Amino acid sequence: MSKKLIGEIETQNLNICYGKHCIIKNVNIKIPARQLTAIIGPSGCGKTTLLKSFNRLLEIRDDVKISGKILVDGNNILRSGLNVSDIRKKMGLLSQKPYPLPMSIYENVAYGIRIHNHIDSKKLENAVNNCLQEAGIWNEIRDRLHDPASGLSLGQQQRLCLARAIAVQPEVLLCDEPTSALDPISAQQIEKLLLKLKKEYTVVLVTHTLRQAKRVADYVIFLYFGEVIEHGPADKVFNNPKHPRTKAYMQGEIS
Amino acid sequence: MNKRILEEKIFKILMYVSILIVLGSLFIIISLVVANGATSLSIEMITQTPTGGYYLGKSGGILNAIIGSLFLALPATGLAFIISLGIAIYLQRDFTNPSISSFIRLSLDILWGIPSIIYGVFCLSIMMFLGLGASLLAGIIALTLLEIPIITRSMDESIKMVPNGLKETAYSLGSTKFETAYKVVRKQAMPGILAGVLLGLGRGIGDAASILFTAGFTDNIPTSVFDSTAALPTMIFHLFSSPIPGVRQKAYAAALILLVIVLCISIISRFLLRKSSKFILK
Repeated sequence: MSKKLIGEIETQNLNICYGKHCIIKNVNIKIPARQLTAIIGPSGCGKTTLLKSFNRLLEIRDDVKISGKILVDGNNILRSGLNVSDIRKKMGLLSQKPYPLPMSIYENVAYGIRIHNHIDSKKLENAVNNCLQEAGIWNEIRDRLHDPASGLSLGQQQRLCLARAIAVQPEVLLCDEPTSALDPISAQQIEKLLLKLKKEYTVVLVTHTLRQAKRVADYVIFLYFGEVIEHGPADKVFNNPKHPRTKAYMQGEIS
Repeated sequence: MNKRILEEKIFKILMYVSILIVLGSLFIIISLVVANGATSLSIEMITQTPTGGYYLGKSGGILNAIIGSLFLALPATGLAFIISLGIAIYLQRDFTNPSISSFIRLSLDILWGIPSIIYGVFCLSIMMFLGLGASLLAGIIALTLLEIPIITRSMDESIKMVPNGLKETAYSLGSTKFETAYKVVRKQAMPGILAGVLLGLGRGIGDAASILFTAGFTDNIPTSVFDSTAALPTMIFHLFSSPIPGVRQKAYAAALILLVIVLCISIISRFLLRKSSKFILK
């Protein structure tokens, strides 16, 4: 196959409802591969719900109804009979608050590798170290790999979570306001990492700070009460918004 | 004086009084048991079974009851642990509809409130129906039933406390439900699970009413699960019922031994708790 880039996400008529309350309404978007896409919009507009539908994390809640299609590299991941674990493995998640697993720093990264592959300990160690280096945390923790991960600072924990996410070799990184709980310096480190990682992964970033989206995004999706108002390349949406609501949001009139 | 300051003072005093009542009774119980028990405690007490006319003040010890207690409480706690872990995991949102699990939780809470003598009578009637007499097996079953609601509910609470985000993290790494439950949730909930098991063990080893009928009483160490057996709580009960003062003194010694066993359990549990909470998310 000549298709080079992988990690493209497309939704077709996507609706997500909790009971009678619909959070996502008829969303049709295409998230380009190997770019950083920011999903922006006022709080409560369904950004996180949309993000978590991409790795089918929503269905852990039993009362959610999802209709439409989510195509990842052309395959509808909502089709029944698929192995959910394989879908989720393709999508790393970086949540708002870092949740290190209740294990050592090393085990946190090794966990995902172990559940998917049987590899010997030497290879595992190499893989873990590589991921920690890629996530820019290696130098800080190299001599305390076997200490509890919960002892790290929040910023370090978030970078550890990033290392853990890329350890299972995903195609996409789903980031749910990953910097909102962090101090400015840690937030900046995460942003830099995401910019570096978008060369190898499709990065989808949910953010409620417009400035962050402006700094890092290649592609922007503006959500408003569950509907996509506008989407397109970042410079177009930011400099030349077509829809009056997007304009209002950019100017801080709605938030 | 200001009304609010007075309020504060009254509540402070109330708290101190409550603490004093608890610590005071602990101190009095321990000193009473030690003072009375230490004098009649001897090496024979813990190395020999009762010999001829023990309850009339003759020689021998209570080894049969010590062994009996361990034989009853340890397997019962083990069984209860296995069953409870299954129920506790099943009760979680990831596996069961909340309306079903809240009904099961209610049932467990009712079971928790049932007096242990009822468990004893219940097991006895089942044993009689099956044509079996008082035995180690019946005692173990009674204690298991007694411990299940205690262990399940405290495990359930600690598993419920595991943050949702942690589970989502495990799922999004591609873990199955079982892997998430076993490799992540279990580790995070471990201190609570352990505490539940030890709570159950403590209850099981100290309960007299449920084994009074079911385990029976004998001077011998049981050699099969169908033999009846003595246990420390029933031994204490029998010794205290004796009209002879020297024998009643021995009841204190038996109580002291039981106290030491329980103390050992809680020291071990402290150690295990500290060890298992090293890695958990606070």
